[in-house]
Amino acid sequence: MSEESIISLKNVNKWFGDFHVLQDVNLEVKKKERIVVCGPSGSGKSTMIRCINRLEEHQEGSIVVDGIELTGNLKNIDNVRKEVGMVFQQFNLFPHLSVKENITLAPIWVKKMPKAEAEELAMRQLEIVKIPEQANKYPGQLSGGQQQRVAIARSLAMNPNIMLFDEPTSALDPEMIKEVLDVMVDLANGGMTMIVVTHEMGFAKTVADRMVFMDEGKIVEEASPDKFFNNPESDRTKLFLSQILHQ
Amino acid sequence: MNELNEVRKPPVATTGIIGWLRINLFFNWTNSLITLFVIYCLYQFIPWILDWTIFSADFKYNYLGEQITNQEMCSRNLDPENGGACWAVIYVRFYQFIYGFYPKVEVWRVNLAYVMLAFALLPLLYAKLPYRKYFLYFTYIFPVIAYFLLNGGLGFTEVSTNKWGGLLVTLVLGCTGIALAFPIGIMLALGRRSKLPVISMMCTLFIEFIRGVPLITLLFFGMVMLPLFLPEGIDMDGLVRVLVAVTLFQSAYMAEVIRGGLQAIPPGQYEAAKSLGMSYWRMNLLIILPQAIRISIPPIVNTSIGLFKDTTLVIIVGILDLLGIGRGTLADTNWLGLSYEIYFFVSLVFFIFTFGMSRYSLYLEKKLKTGINMGAD
Repeated sequence: MSEESIISLKNVNKWFGDFHVLQDVNLEVKKKERIVVCGPSGSGKSTMIRCINRLEEHQEGSIVVDGIELTGNLKNIDNVRKEVGMVFQQFNLFPHLSVKENITLAPIWVKKMPKAEAEELAMRQLEIVKIPEQANKYPGQLSGGQQQRVAIARSLAMNPNIMLFDEPTSALDPEMIKEVLDVMVDLANGGMTMIVVTHEMGFAKTVADRMVFMDEGKIVEEASPDKFFNNPESDRTKLFLSQILHQ
Repeated sequence: MNELNEVRKPPVATTGIIGWLRINLFFNWTNSLITLFVIYCLYQFIPWILDWTIFSADFKYNYLGEQITNQEMCSRNLDPENGGACWAVIYVRFYQFIYGFYPKVEVWRVNLAYVMLAFALLPLLYAKLPYRKYFLYFTYIFPVIAYFLLNGGLGFTEVSTNKWGGLLVTLVLGCTGIALAFPIGIMLALGRRSKLPVISMMCTLFIEFIRGVPLITLLFFGMVMLPLFLPEGIDMDGLVRVLVAVTLFQSAYMAEVIRGGLQAIPPGQYEAAKSLGMSYWRMNLLIILPQAIRISIPPIVNTSIGLFKDTTLVIIVGILDLLGIGRGTLADTNWLGLSYEIYFFVSLVFFIFTFGMSRYSLYLEKKLKTGINMGAD
């Protein structure tokens, strides 16, 4: 089974100062699998996915992504980052560049793609996220939902095998959450390997192959959505679900 | 409800010239009083300054119609009741103010360099210039051309830098200092924020040392100490030594200004760039620096203006810049006592350049802001 894993975390430990933020985290993700990670704030879920593309460094254990182990080796880190796309809570678009330039920048400079080809690619990606008409605007002129969709298009333009989503809808107005989730559902249906940190339980029920619940730096429960929502094992999960589904 | 649904206009008294006057100058009685007082002061001052600088001033001839060749012939010295400024001193010494003691036969080279400088600045000033790309190539090679043009070599007769002076020296020091300090400052700022402790420590030490020492000390250092560090037999030109000191000084300040801009960039920008697979240099060149420099434009121009004026300190090590020529002229018995005219002229020239820089920075800020809502998140 671990042969097929595209992402494999084994006994990963990490500390922020004295704070033990990840404690013996083990996670195997298979190709085309969609994982939804949830848990209370401060539980280490963002830190975990940020370790997968080395935005954070783990101190113990091993992380292997698509056969490449993440160590201090800069070449390996670059290769992993080419495989893994990431979408952030705060979008993190480049405000000094137009939407099109945001998307073409990495293909042109990292993949050495000719400019015309990169622009064509950018327009295709913008059609996928349904905002081709915004190509020449600047991020500051777009709504939050549109910005997040540009951020998704920007990641997709690098043609990643894996997409990480770090609370992609948490900074959005309620009305805009759906337009972003729709794009993510399309992506999931297209067969992308995804790890999504989110509290959107509706989304989780629709697309997740597996739910991961974290608390205090540990993975407390890992189950299929059906079992996770209807028949969770741990009390901590039950408490969390009762609070989050209460709304 | 009104069926026509007319657009309601704002009250007349708040728009147009009258509205503007009311809101800004005569808002209440204290405001009105201050306005009237300022108008009175301007009424007293403006005619007087115009009279002194222009209407009663001598430009080339005094009020008797004689061509002025020394200070005794100035109207204001012949008839203290009537005369205004005696600009003849500037007229007579104009060559020195602009070129120093550059040989007259070779002065076309300086003029050519001035004209070329204007062309080199053009693409930087106007982004919409046609064929801007080719102009920019010229801007890059201009320093090399200017060096051979002014200094000699490549078939030009050599003109030793101790013959340079006046505006020429001021511009050479100011332009070179600002242009060289900018890239060095960027490297120092990035170095100081580097995660590698050796690089970070070296940059911090350099910046703190240079910034902690007055420019005059650095100029003396350049003049006296720098030759000691060079291998024997290599003699460094005096102006070059001063240039080294000025550039080091300016780059330390520039580094701190740019570091301030770097600190304003949210960490998310670094993370986004890294997650797209960008290397350290690509991330900084394409994402971080363009934003950081944009934020830092006002302080960058501020320190640049500061340096442009600080170049006058080279007088201390015996180099005659614009102010130095002015002071030299004042020491001439022919022109004793004309300090108002000379300092006025020198100030005016400096003001024209620094005001131009300040306007340019405003234009840049405006241009770069279009459509960008930075810091909105």
